[in-house]
Amino acid sequence: MKKTLSVCFVVLALTFIYAPLLVLFIFSFTDSSVFGQWNGFSLQPYAEIFTGSRSGRIFTAVSNTFLLAIISTAISTVLGTLAAIGIFNMRSKTRKLLSNANQLPIINAEIVTAVGLMVLFASLLGIKSGWLTLIIGHVSFCTPYVFLSVMPRLYQMDPNVYEAALDLGATPTKALRKVLIPMIKPGIISGAILAFTISLDDFVITIFNNGSVETLSTYIWSDSKRGGIDPTTKALSVVLFIIVLVVLILVNIKKSKTNPKEI
Amino acid sequence: MKKFTVNRKLFAFPYILFMLLFILLPMVMILVGAFQNADGSFTLSKFSKFFTNGICLQNLWFSIEIGFITTVLCLIIGYPIAYILSRWNSSKAYLVVLLFVLPMWINMLLRTLGTKTFLALIGSQMGVSAVIFGLVYNFLPFMILPLYTSLSNLDKSYIEAAQDLGATGSQVLFKTVIPLSVPGIVSGITMVFVPTVSTFVITQMLSRGNVVIFGDLIYEYFTGITADQGVGSVMSIVMLILVILSNVVLNKFADNSAPVKGGLW
Repeated sequence: MKKTLSVCFVVLALTFIYAPLLVLFIFSFTDSSVFGQWNGFSLQPYAEIFTGSRSGRIFTAVSNTFLLAIISTAISTVLGTLAAIGIFNMRSKTRKLLSNANQLPIINAEIVTAVGLMVLFASLLGIKSGWLTLIIGHVSFCTPYVFLSVMPRLYQMDPNVYEAALDLGATPTKALRKVLIPMIKPGIISGAILAFTISLDDFVITIFNNGSVETLSTYIWSDSKRGGIDPTTKALSVVLFIIVLVVLILVNIKKSKTNPKEI
Repeated sequence: MKKFTVNRKLFAFPYILFMLLFILLPMVMILVGAFQNADGSFTLSKFSKFFTNGICLQNLWFSIEIGFITTVLCLIIGYPIAYILSRWNSSKAYLVVLLFVLPMWINMLLRTLGTKTFLALIGSQMGVSAVIFGLVYNFLPFMILPLYTSLSNLDKSYIEAAQDLGATGSQVLFKTVIPLSVPGIVSGITMVFVPTVSTFVITQMLSRGNVVIFGDLIYEYFTGITADQGVGSVMSIVMLILVILSNVVLNKFADNSAPVKGGLW
């Protein structure tokens, strides 16, 4: 009885979590711009992503989003990994201070980070909002996550292995490339994946610093602020959402195979 | 060897420079901006505007209320779920927890679009209750994850000891389980409260601008027609203070099991 009750509660809560997503999925198959209105089954919204009057804009938004995520991930992965190696080798007081500084963009309210960057670019540096400000903004909130996933790997590493490489005649550069980097590679990769998803997902930092560059988030935002919504936007949402879901499931299956206890 | 360790520290300098420029300096700019007139001269008028024009303080209070209601609802719904799941065997619970946190990785705008469609379908008006529904919906996973982490790490022998000593079911819950999961509770509260107060996406999408909370107001003061970046900066400072306060509280109760945002991976 108690068991059934608790299962019921969990199922109910899961329904609550998934009902809106399911409703969005269902209503993406109808050609209506009114929320919650069903005009009969149609695949038109999906076709219009590729052929409709907005398809050019959608294509630009998609490619901007991915380009931005790729560039920001590349920069923040290098920056964060180097920083982790460097800071790991510092005295524990400095290490602690810098690790705390690294936490700031994570704990800070996103809107405050966004507004701060906007003011900095506009009034002090005189950079017009656009690609440069977007990339800097995204790197600023992606790097902390790379740093956080590389750091534990450095702590877990047996320092003797690295020193053995040096003793055996490897130059420091070679030891770094052939021993240190391979050993922390899982951390670097998961940091990069994390950075990529966070960048793809971002809206708040983007909307304050994008200038005229449109990403998927800002595209959906500009469309959904109005009373109604373009049917293609709903279809597009579902497509994105399924991509995210598939990627997540794949990553987690892989992860639960290698490391079942960690979520 | 000695020389090399010095070299390796240098690896951190690009990021340190980056942090100074693009993480620390923006916060300094906000601080400076709050004390500056449009022509750059020193002023306290932005602060007095914030404290006297009524709108800002009233809105801050309203936002804290909304944040409080959302956080309490998330806790009431999230705690039993986390507790139930922490009692299940770990591989089954792992899958269900995964189901709960998966939506965290779907763009907030998309989730809110879904919420809006759902609310329209059940005939709900777009207003305060819609906003609270959307907020709870959005932030519930952020509450469940730390609670689950904290509860599943709880040493079961404490519960057994309490039972052996004759505690009833509710006594075990209120005198043993809940006190031991305080770090998870605090971490969940901070992960829900601050983002709730500072959001503007959910309120604007689910109330067509009728419900305005602190995040909306900051957004408005920086980008709107009646923009006053000085007052906006003051509001950002207030937000920053809220963030710092909640983290001070969090650190006081911290244990190492508290996950960072994005703990899924």
